[in-house]
Amino acid sequence: MKRNLNLNKVKVSRQTEIAPGVFVLSFPRPWDFSAGQVLGIGTHATDEARLYSIASGELDDEVDVLYSINPGGKLTPWLSKIVTGDNIWVSEPFGSFTGTDDPAWWIASGTGIAPFSAMFRSGLTAGKKLIHGGRDLNSFYFNKDFSGFFKEKYVRCCSRDSAEGIYDGRITKYLSELPQLPANEKYYLCGSAEMVVEVRDILIEKGIPFDNIISEIYF
Amino acid sequence: MPEIKEYLFGKTLAELTEIAGTLDLPKYTGGQLAYWLYKTDIDSFDGMTNVSKKTRNILAEHYDVGVQAPVNVQESTDGTKKYLFRAGSGKFIEAAYIPDGKRHTLCVSSQVGCKMGCLFCMTGKQGFQGHLTTGEILNQLRSIPERKEMTNVVYMGMGEPFDNLDAVMKSLEILTAEYGFAISVRKVTVSTIGIVPAMRVFLEKSKCNLAVSLHTPFDEERRRLMPIQNVYPLKDVVETIREFDIGKYRRVSFEYIMFKEVNDTRRHVNELARVLNKVKSRINLIRFHPIPGTPLLGSDEAAIADFQQALNDKGIVTTLRASRGQDIDAACGLLSTKELVKAQTLE
Ligand SMILES: Cc1cc2nc3c(=O)[nH]c(=O)nc-3n(C[C@H](O)[C@H](O)[C@H](O)COP(=O)(O)OP(=O)(O)OC[C@H]3O[C@@H](n4cnc5c(N)ncnc54)[C@H](O)[C@@H]3O)c2cc1C
Ligand code: SF4
Repeated sequence: MKRNLNLNKVKVSRQTEIAPGVFVLSFPRPWDFSAGQVLGIGTHATDEARLYSIASGELDDEVDVLYSINPGGKLTPWLSKIVTGDNIWVSEPFGSFTGTDDPAWWIASGTGIAPFSAMFRSGLTAGKKLIHGGRDLNSFYFNKDFSGFFKEKYVRCCSRDSAEGIYDGRITKYLSELPQLPANEKYYLCGSAEMVVEVRDILIEKGIPFDNIISEIYF
Repeated sequence: MPEIKEYLFGKTLAELTEIAGTLDLPKYTGGQLAYWLYKTDIDSFDGMTNVSKKTRNILAEHYDVGVQAPVNVQESTDGTKKYLFRAGSGKFIEAAYIPDGKRHTLCVSSQVGCKMGCLFCMTGKQGFQGHLTTGEILNQLRSIPERKEMTNVVYMGMGEPFDNLDAVMKSLEILTAEYGFAISVRKVTVSTIGIVPAMRVFLEKSKCNLAVSLHTPFDEERRRLMPIQNVYPLKDVVETIREFDIGKYRRVSFEYIMFKEVNDTRRHVNELARVLNKVKSRINLIRFHPIPGTPLLGSDEAAIADFQQALNDKGIVTTLRASRGQDIDAACGLLSTKELVKAQTLE
């Protein structure tokens, strides 16, 4: 009887700690996928997999996963010890939080930036605005790529630190202060339940039809 | 500060027996403990009269009983009661007791808040503050005065039960086992939005009833209402149910909250009939109780009656759930302890 996702062995090509406790893990891409999809990762073939958004582009040779360590967690402390050549077990990609060519606002907290990184690296950038919330200045993963491309359409909201060019406060504060938001564009939200629920409430209050709000929660 | 000891309430018979073994107590102590914990009202070791004094002292040295009285109760004009319980420091949960003739139902919570963010749900708006332990889930039944009258238990309170799978599965064992509360599996229903891998474990290991929050058969609409649709789409949920052919062995129902001009049209009736084709199940229609800031409205009575009739005409057994406890916010989708969590954080 099938209890878990089907997991297959892959060899890790690289793992980099890009911020304290935050890693990008890569392995050769074994399948096609749509930017925004997730995969399951386990420590062995019959493990109860945890889910991760793919952070790399649809045509990249390697699949990148961006994750942060959950100190008491089952998977991430183990995963963080993985080095080049070690095996991990991954599922095929699935999920429908996928990008389109339409104008949209991408709104992420923490590692919730991952699906937008995949969409960005897959060329789904026309008419997009990216808002990323993080606790400290190290939380803006892939910021060099994003700022070079999006310029002023890339907004970093930092709740604990302040620096030039970075909005001082949470995403919710930033959005609440905007006088108006385009009602006919799509709003993609990804990250913690708290962020998604609060941002969705603000968008609805500002007149965005709930039909235009699509969310992925990292539960 | 007094030492916090582990609780015995919420342990399975196997675990109680193991504890007895570890403490060098007679093996049958496990069975005795299960009796006092799950079949009686006593809330201290002193009351366990057929357990020797020596054994009681040894147990009290290492464990607490762990039964906790509710901290508040509100009563609706229709007899529904909403009980408030503490669940760890600064955290609270609610359970709703719904009397209805001979049927007495307790709606229990499985988490403090919820991570799933369904657009129409007050608990979803609260965010997530923690999982309940097995003991905290069962305590909602054990510590209320109506406990002995209870005929049905539904896991439809705060939280997504399958996001707290281990504690929920253990609570189901104790709820339905002869050594535990001995409630028939036919009288226990677990409600889920459809976390497929955990649902599979439940289907394999438990015989209790399953209720799935459906709310619209269309993918695009469902993912606007329920973010989980992006990860585990309804199609996969229904396929899993088909695979287990569960309608044969237990009751499976689909919950359907009626939203005005969102999911109450003929188009939805037709698609529901298509999606649920050959799944032995029923649909429970639920009136929407609007929550603050929601963009959704409840369907009007005529639309609900029409919808119910149209589904019945298609051969899908469809019932309309009576709204209960609305005046005390105990009705479906209204449970929330957000204000209390906030108040405690500020203290
Ligand atoms: C759609 C989705 C996409 C995600 N994408 C990312 C991402 O890109 N980057 C990132 O850092 N995190 C992501 N997460 C979170 C990630 O899946 C893990 O929850 C997190 O990394 C912690 O895992 P852990 O095993 O270390 O912690 P744990 O505390 O052991 O587990 C955390 C979560 O695993 C789930 N879980 C618990 N028990 C079981 C079980 N028996 N079987 C299956 N699942 C169980 C629960 O949801 C729990 O909250 C995503 C989550 C979801 C739902
Ligand atoms: S409906 Fe259930 S799963 Fe959805 S947010 Fe509310 S409690 Fe959570």
